[in-house]
Amino acid sequence: MKPSDQPTGTVADVTIRSDPARLAEVREVVRRMANQCGFGSHDTDGITLAVDEALANVIKHGYGGAPHGMIEIHLEVLSPVRPGLEVRIRDQGCQVDPAAIQGRDLADVRPGGLGVHIIRTVMDDLSYERCPDGGMSVTMRKYLQPPQRNSAE
Amino acid sequence: MAASTEAIKSIERVDSGTIVRLTGDIDMHRSRGVHQSLLELCRERPPKLVLDLREVDYMDSSGVGTLVDVYRKVNAYKGLFALVGPNARISNLFQITKLDHFFRIFATSEEALGAK
Repeated sequence: MKPSDQPTGTVADVTIRSDPARLAEVREVVRRMANQCGFGSHDTDGITLAVDEALANVIKHGYGGAPHGMIEIHLEVLSPVRPGLEVRIRDQGCQVDPAAIQGRDLADVRPGGLGVHIIRTVMDDLSYERCPDGGMSVTMRKYLQPPQRNSAE
Repeated sequence: MAASTEAIKSIERVDSGTIVRLTGDIDMHRSRGVHQSLLELCRERPPKLVLDLREVDYMDSSGVGTLVDVYRKVNAYKGLFALVGPNARISNLFQITKLDHFFRIFATSEEALGAK
């Protein structure tokens, strides 16, 4: 896929309630956008999983499992300069310190706590932010080409 | 729970164990029901509990958490917990979570039931 082939400025916005039954429809939108972006099936699956895990964390931790919270998902195809896909998830749930959001040690094999590890493994960029008007925002990006290492390293 | 019964296509009890065939997506919406159903089966203490994943299209970390917990329950009574036929998407999830060498994975349920 050549960068010039990438559609630019392509966006999709989805708003759902914090009901796990709504996750499947979001996954379909993410898959479609990742495909449109030029990602292969492996990366498309990874991005879809990462977004799903982020949404599950919002439902579980942001809204405490209550199904009526609002979640806005914004997907945007990034420019040809550095093609990729950006996903922003905005909620009105509980705020947490972004520095406290960590994956856990996988050597301890037990259920739970894998979502952040999965997101960090799959995506190239990930950031959490406390929004001034309440809730949290998470922004994640996956690039078509992996980040370049500095040749001096 | 409807989501659970939809996710469990069949349960087959044979001499050497129990085969549970799952279908569709095992995500946050459906994993809790699957988890409860599998824990109920664990109480029967089948010598081998085989989860056939060949018709499972998608799984998230809640599904993986279910598998880990059920594995622990089966292991506790010295049974064998086995998975059959995860697709590439689920195999990749196992790799990301470093569980690909933790679970015993087979191509068919017959192989799983014949495993030592």
